[in-house]
Amino acid sequence: MADAVHIPDEAQTRARWGAFAWNEENQRKANEILGRYPKGREQSASIPFLDLAQRQVGAETQTQGWLPVPVIEFVARAIGVPYMRVYEVATFYTMFNLAPVGRYHVQVCGTTPCMLAGSDDVLAACKNRGLVKGGTTPDGLFTLTEVECLGTCANAPMVQINDDNYEDLDYDRTVAVLEALANGEHPEPGSTIGRRASCPEGGPTSLREMVDANHDYRGEWA
Amino acid sequence: MLADKDRIFTNVYGFQSWKLDAARARGDWDNTKALLELGNDKIIDVVKASGLRGRGGAGFPTGTKWSFMPKEPKAERPNFLVINADESEPGSCKDREIIRHDPHKLIEGALVAGFAMRARAAYIYIRGEYIREAETLFAAVAEAYDAGLIGKNACGSGYDFDVFVHRGAGAYICGEETAMLESLEGKKGQPRLKPPFPAGAGLYGCPTTVNNVESIAVTPTILRRGAEWFSSFGAENNRGTKLFQISGHVNKPCVVEEAMSISFRELIETHCGGIRGGWDNLLAVIPGGSSVPLVPAAQIMDCAMDFDGLKAVGSGLGTAAIIVMDKSTDIVRAISRISYFYKHESCGQCTPCREGTGWMWRVMERLRTGAADLSEIDMLQQVTKQVEGHSICALGDAAAWPIQGLIKHFRPELERRINEHSNVRGGDLSPMQEAAE
Amino acid sequence: MPKLKVDGIEVEVPAGATVLQACEAAGKEIPRFCYHERLSIAGNCRMCLVEVKPGPPKPQASCALPAADNQEVFTTSPMVKHAREGIMEFLLINHPLDCPICDQGGECDLQDQSVAYGRGASRYDENKRAVTEKYMGPIVKTIMTRCIQCTRCIRFAEEVAGVEEIGAIYRGENMQITSYLEEAVTSELSGNVVDLCPVGALTSKPYAYEARPWELRRTLTIDVMDAVGTNIRLDSRGRQVLRCVPRINEDVNEEWASDKTRHAVDGLVRQRLDRPFVRRDGKLVAATWDEAFAAIAAVDHGGSVAAVAGDLVDCETMYAAKALVRALGSDLLEGRQTGMDYDTSSMAAVNFNTTIAGTEDADAILLVGTNLRWEAPLVNTRVRKAIKKGAKVFAVGPETDLTYKLEWLGADLSVLGDLPEAVVKTFADAKKPMVIVGGAALKGAHGAALKLVETLGLVKDAASTGSGQGWNGFNVVHMAASRMGGLMLGYAQKGGIADLTQAKLTFFLGADEVDFSRFGGFKVYVGHHGDKGAAHADVVLPGVSYAEKSGTWVNLEGRVQRGERAVFAPGDARDDWSIFRALSDTMGVTLPFDSFAGVREAMCAEVPALREQGLVTFDWAMPAIDGKASGVLEGYPIKDFYLTNAICRASPTMQRCSAELIHGETFAEAAE
Repeated sequence: MADAVHIPDEAQTRARWGAFAWNEENQRKANEILGRYPKGREQSASIPFLDLAQRQVGAETQTQGWLPVPVIEFVARAIGVPYMRVYEVATFYTMFNLAPVGRYHVQVCGTTPCMLAGSDDVLAACKNRGLVKGGTTPDGLFTLTEVECLGTCANAPMVQINDDNYEDLDYDRTVAVLEALANGEHPEPGSTIGRRASCPEGGPTSLREMVDANHDYRGEWA
Repeated sequence: MLADKDRIFTNVYGFQSWKLDAARARGDWDNTKALLELGNDKIIDVVKASGLRGRGGAGFPTGTKWSFMPKEPKAERPNFLVINADESEPGSCKDREIIRHDPHKLIEGALVAGFAMRARAAYIYIRGEYIREAETLFAAVAEAYDAGLIGKNACGSGYDFDVFVHRGAGAYICGEETAMLESLEGKKGQPRLKPPFPAGAGLYGCPTTVNNVESIAVTPTILRRGAEWFSSFGAENNRGTKLFQISGHVNKPCVVEEAMSISFRELIETHCGGIRGGWDNLLAVIPGGSSVPLVPAAQIMDCAMDFDGLKAVGSGLGTAAIIVMDKSTDIVRAISRISYFYKHESCGQCTPCREGTGWMWRVMERLRTGAADLSEIDMLQQVTKQVEGHSICALGDAAAWPIQGLIKHFRPELERRINEHSNVRGGDLSPMQEAAE
Repeated sequence: MPKLKVDGIEVEVPAGATVLQACEAAGKEIPRFCYHERLSIAGNCRMCLVEVKPGPPKPQASCALPAADNQEVFTTSPMVKHAREGIMEFLLINHPLDCPICDQGGECDLQDQSVAYGRGASRYDENKRAVTEKYMGPIVKTIMTRCIQCTRCIRFAEEVAGVEEIGAIYRGENMQITSYLEEAVTSELSGNVVDLCPVGALTSKPYAYEARPWELRRTLTIDVMDAVGTNIRLDSRGRQVLRCVPRINEDVNEEWASDKTRHAVDGLVRQRLDRPFVRRDGKLVAATWDEAFAAIAAVDHGGSVAAVAGDLVDCETMYAAKALVRALGSDLLEGRQTGMDYDTSSMAAVNFNTTIAGTEDADAILLVGTNLRWEAPLVNTRVRKAIKKGAKVFAVGPETDLTYKLEWLGADLSVLGDLPEAVVKTFADAKKPMVIVGGAALKGAHGAALKLVETLGLVKDAASTGSGQGWNGFNVVHMAASRMGGLMLGYAQKGGIADLTQAKLTFFLGADEVDFSRFGGFKVYVGHHGDKGAAHADVVLPGVSYAEKSGTWVNLEGRVQRGERAVFAPGDARDDWSIFRALSDTMGVTLPFDSFAGVREAMCAEVPALREQGLVTFDWAMPAIDGKASGVLEGYPIKDFYLTNAICRASPTMQRCSAELIHGETFAEAAE
């Protein structure tokens, strides 16, 4: 998060995360990631590694995960880059959490296309459910962040919660998603009004053959 | 309306599977070897002849861009293709549909384009927030490798070509091509100085071309159907088909492929169920993603949606991300929110953008409530002029233009708010700075 | 060689030059903040925008734009004026108006350029940004609200110091320059970022609120903290040196100085010897000059007289002492306090022949027993530059962090006689090979290292230094500012300092590193600090420090340099040469000079090489010494970079650096 955040006490963090290392599965993934870049260009793996590390921290803490300093340093050592350079990267990109977050990171898009489509209502729903921007609910369940355009504008307004999008929201549907998550359910991601992706509501205006069959249009090419 | 048979992205809504066998049944990877056998330069010639202009916003002729790459790359300095899937421009959501529903068009395009520019590999840089989309893309790339379509001896062509997917982590600026290269190299996404241009020294210092997802994904179809087919759509200099993304106050927001130069009215009527509340209720449109100036209703209604048509009304096609605003819109807030976006996404590297975006947003927030002086409208205009053209990359311009558009077309509205605010001084109209949290 | 026009003036610049350099060649001033000649180009401040035709219809950053044929550059057009005013305004909107309490005041680029290029008034009505201070260590004070994010400090740390501990975190208007986790920057060159910072964001912590630049008298002189001979300027007010900053000398220190060079100066006003002392009943008691001289004159030396030169003294002092010793009938002179006795029959064999600047051109470097980072930090930066140009570096000795990647060959000196294949191959392919021998290896491996001259082909073509011709890759790196001058003046005995221990009367010229227990005779300490030497002396004569005298020093590459007096010494202290002159009177052997000019003239008559400033030519000759080397190096001579001499040891800043950076102590202040 680009805005300054309070990074937890360092001694405590080091005690908890000082021994961080890839688990077996992530070690395999890390090797695969390194394979994508030329030899000597291991620094390219900084973002994928930070993401992987944040996910591992998340798995260990039952949250979306965050990046304690010792974990950032682990990543830096893994790619042979000075700590400072990886720390810069961790603070530059918004998807890296520099402070702990809750089980669900509720990221409401507030940029103009979503704003026009009613993101105020989505935020209001979050607020009335007890979520506070930049904070985590006392039960550790939800962290609310207003984020910038997530590239789902034709399905605005939307919210990204951990890895899934909930789109075409309004106040009530937002409440419903949050309630479902709070109840331990996993609501179906995507459009909350049953729309197929970014197809016009009520059915496609083009490519109607595609709805029911994998139509091959080549036969119609002139 | 564009005929369905002339649509390139036939699975744009994902009614059918994205997987390889389904994609093949729709015509992807159909004897790609034959496309490669056209030869590097022939492919570039066809793309040039097709009139394809970059779909990422700037509209640079794609074939010409490819022709800048060295014809005889050295072993220690190979050519690279980097595909820009960092779709972050507010309003834009087309590449997402290609990636999650038609990924094989992109991968096949990567091979064809990469081959044409003699690249040894393509990196697809996908924005970090496209998490599920990236999962699909990774899986599709794996399928293509397994089927021998890419990798060693791709499609049996004798050409070795790798495709790698690289996820970002949340930074709009990484959509700028040199910032993207920095980010791919594992650094902060701060744009590089140009020159040197990427075609000379790009990724890892090697010759590199950065292309938008859509530009790459349409290439195989252009080669299969011919340059004339593609250039039969759209006006001169604005050829081809294009994915339009319509958001905001239309009855049915959607992503749809249409011929270039379609009129705004036809596009909205045909695919979006019209303007919410009717055409009389239309206030303004941002026709090409947040960075282009808005166009008032009267000027946009029958405007041709292409590079030249929108340029003529003082705006631009950008990514063809059309943000429609009806008369219920708080137009100043809509633009101010865009200003906040640019302030938030400024990388902080160069002075005018780092300092100017914050200043502009703060003034915009006061103009929103009217808590300003009339003279500040002109001052804001001057500040936008001090940012525009002075920054390392185009983010400075992108932050300036929406405000310039607002002042140009809605100055009376700004003045009205200021006057009203000074009349009711003491009322609770303090600026809502909530977005800054 | 592109030819272009700047404001109508035609200039021709070297290929690869930038438009900014072309403008300077045309005599046009281009304002800038981020651009710095010695750092990579960042192009981020945008202050250097100029109008260039042909080109896009917007101004271009001249620092980053290559100059090209037929360009037309405009530096004063309305477009450029508008651009500069705009950038200036942006830089100032979030810059605090705290110039009256800012240490940069009076030498601030932002102040100067806002006067020259700014609009004169602010239109910014919003709240200014505030940024919290970042701890960077005992040398650098930060007031980050003043920062204009030019990133010079980041680039210096990464590119020159080789310590990637400064960076910019967050982004956009929240971007902040910081040391990693706000911890001290572990560089012996950190003070340079204070000079580089164009505003008052990074200022000198020890110098905080001490003075305004216009109050200071500036004196040009030579640093004595190591043997590099950094060209410095001492800024003083009244009798006190308030700060030390580097001068530009491309051949020596470029424009850098180590933290020791800069900040040991606060030791100049502490622990000073300001009157003579004479030992009575085992205790040193204050005395008059006459009493002190009388005590010395009373020594029955019978011609058994010696002088030991300390590490900081100038040639004139050594010459005056030598003249007295000689007049008293002896020639026992030594400067190698710790007992070194390497062969000095060929000066070239103990010289840094490649030259400091020449090091940059080396393509293969073998370090033998040297912690170059501490022994000569500004030679180390040249090695970093050579590496950047492609040089390969190997080292023999205990592994330590030299700020660059190199291949360690172990600490056993015998490896010199049997170098690994890879080293031999690299040197065989090298056009400009270099061996650098440090103090740790001079003892046991001087001969073995010299043998490499032949086996590795270190000397090419015309085999002499200073001629600018050919290549001599054999180098010894000394650590004492007095060393090369001392060797030229004969301060070297065959058996080293052991040859002096039996002397009945010994003069110690600021020599504090000697094992005094081995000296049984009468000990006279002539120096400026109450350190180890004074404590062991029978008579203490207060002399002057390098800041308080004019003098000649010869640096490790044999470069004769002269410095000027900046301030006067405290109390009764006298110029060193005049002490020996006066004493010679009392002892009945009056020396034939009675002015500083006289001493220098006599010295130059005896050692003509000291007459001219600049590199001395030492003809290459191989001394006849044993080429065998054995033994394992346990460590390097410098155990604590910050406390290598009496001035540093008296310096609170150096003490603090040592405690914090060497011994890892943390200070409460760090939590500010």
